[in-house]
Amino acid sequence: MINSDRLKRVRFTMISALFLLLALFVISVATGYISLSPAQLARTILGQGTSKENLILFDFRLPRIIITILAGMGLAVSGSILQSITRNPLSDPGVLGIHAGAGLMVVFYVMFFTAESTNFLYVLPLFALLGGIFAAAIIYILSYLKGEGVDPNRLVLIGVGIAAAMNGAILTLSTRLEREEYDFFANWMAGRIWGDDWTFVLALLPWILLLLPVVLAKSNVLNILNLHEHVSVGLGVHVERERLILIFIAVALSSASVSVSGSIPFIGLMAPHIARALVGPRHQWFLPIAAVLGAILLLAADTIGRVILDPSGIPAGIVVSIIGAPYFMYLMAKK
Amino acid sequence: MVEKENKVYSRPAIGTSLLAFGFILLIGSIVLGISVGAAHIDFQTVWRSIFHYDSTREADQIIVGIRLPRELGAAIVGAAFAVSGAIMQGMTRNPLADPGLLGLNAGASLALACVFAFHPSATYLSVMFVSFIGAGIGAGLVFGLGSLRPGGMSPVRITLAGAAVSALLSALGEGMALYYKLSQDLAFWTAGGVSGTNWLQLKLIFPVVVVGMMMAIVLSKHLTILSFGEEMAKGLGQRTLLTKAVLMTVVLILAGAAVSLVGPVAFVGLMVPNIVRYLVGTDYRWIIPCSAVFGGILMVLADTAARMVNAPYETPIGAIVSIAGVPFFLYLARKGGRK
Repeated sequence: MINSDRLKRVRFTMISALFLLLALFVISVATGYISLSPAQLARTILGQGTSKENLILFDFRLPRIIITILAGMGLAVSGSILQSITRNPLSDPGVLGIHAGAGLMVVFYVMFFTAESTNFLYVLPLFALLGGIFAAAIIYILSYLKGEGVDPNRLVLIGVGIAAAMNGAILTLSTRLEREEYDFFANWMAGRIWGDDWTFVLALLPWILLLLPVVLAKSNVLNILNLHEHVSVGLGVHVERERLILIFIAVALSSASVSVSGSIPFIGLMAPHIARALVGPRHQWFLPIAAVLGAILLLAADTIGRVILDPSGIPAGIVVSIIGAPYFMYLMAKK
Repeated sequence: MVEKENKVYSRPAIGTSLLAFGFILLIGSIVLGISVGAAHIDFQTVWRSIFHYDSTREADQIIVGIRLPRELGAAIVGAAFAVSGAIMQGMTRNPLADPGLLGLNAGASLALACVFAFHPSATYLSVMFVSFIGAGIGAGLVFGLGSLRPGGMSPVRITLAGAAVSALLSALGEGMALYYKLSQDLAFWTAGGVSGTNWLQLKLIFPVVVVGMMMAIVLSKHLTILSFGEEMAKGLGQRTLLTKAVLMTVVLILAGAAVSLVGPVAFVGLMVPNIVRYLVGTDYRWIIPCSAVFGGILMVLADTAARMVNAPYETPIGAIVSIAGVPFFLYLARKGGRK
């Protein structure tokens, strides 16, 4: 089954993707209102930078870039899981209403808890996770019919409906926010990378570090679940249990990511697609590549948004939509 | 009549009584809407100020100058949304079709962002015209995408296409709004609902909606035939392409006019025709007028609720309607996925 040509191709793709990510990193540091040329960057990394260069790299640029990379990975892997489980190539945590659920909790949080601000950074991902799980649970329960289980088509329709409901609730609640709180929230919804210092990296890192290996370890389960339901039962997988665990992980990854990065659509859709087109449908191969591609896409979007409109910038979520939605349409037309 | 022998079942008795009952309810809810609010006004005063208007009385000025146009605006907009939803559902044979879910709203928002950005002094008439065009572009993209593949108009495809097109167009609109710093103007328009509707706006929008309604009623028989499916319609001698094109134009006129007045409101066009169809049967000659009346009622009540929920602040009317509409959508989605 696994021929060496295929493996070579996977390795080549992975190395090119990592190289691209590195190049983007250099570009991202070198552009914008405060920037470092590649030479300055090299010097600063080697510990020879001036205090100003150190400040720019280590206090401003680096934490934001790492957040972007982590969130991109989280979203991409979350989207991969959802696509395999629903057997719908157009699934994405944003389309399915999970981001809206997380967003709803973020409004609640901003409404009630912003005053005590020190611990708030660590708790926000937890809140977003609660919201995401809440949305996912509703969607799952509503799409479950006795005797028929969960039909992927119905799941998508119900997800779109729940997303609309949650967005209605968000709109209603957000009109009660104070001016400053509203600004924060509006930016969150538009997908502006708002967490840009080291505390946010620490808040997001554990989620990604813990959950990505678990997903990779479950590659084979995902391979099987992606097949028809009867096949997976026949192969001895506890379909319902594995599916629930994986949905939980997908929700956790995307909620934790968007809690720090803002609500970013379409990364979870695009990255797995491109990865699958490059190396085929085996999860062992395409999951790591999807993760790196997710990081590339989000970092590129954030860099573009940051550079286009100095100093306020266009939120990364908008840049991603402008690229992602046409891609989505292309996929619809093709499949 | 061919369609009588076919699967149309029409209930003229229920339809007639529903229409009569609906009119009474509509007028009742308008009067209710006028009388509740920041200044509570009793029904007699409402009656007196409408039929014996006296500009020296303060209550009369509030009622005729502010509340009456607002309530009439809500009724017109609700009727327009409901009828355009009914037409879309008949055309696509998809009970989940709704102008809000199918990209019209997002297209109109983007067009408005463009107007605010490039031509801030535009007149109301040209704003309305531009939001037609925007709505048309949104709907065209969704329908184009949904029908690219043979047999492609399935609920899931068209809903996904609507979600993607809406995401794209609203992202573009949001980007423009941020770039030109008009977020607040747009947010005001988006959440504004029918508050601040004046007689001038009504004068512009009323004839447009009336023309759209007349066309819808004239075409309702063709729509009934089309709702059996394209093959059947062709077999019965209908020029389906022409019919569809004209019907789509009606949808754009109605939904575009409604969006230009009230901003993006989803789910009115989804709920009302489905409920009406359940009551009067599958004959669009009844569905369309009944949808118009009940759409008006729903919108007037939603607007009254929007003013009451969090008084003295106004809750966005779109939020009120979608909180009511989503359970309905879910019910239909569960039912639709059962096949």
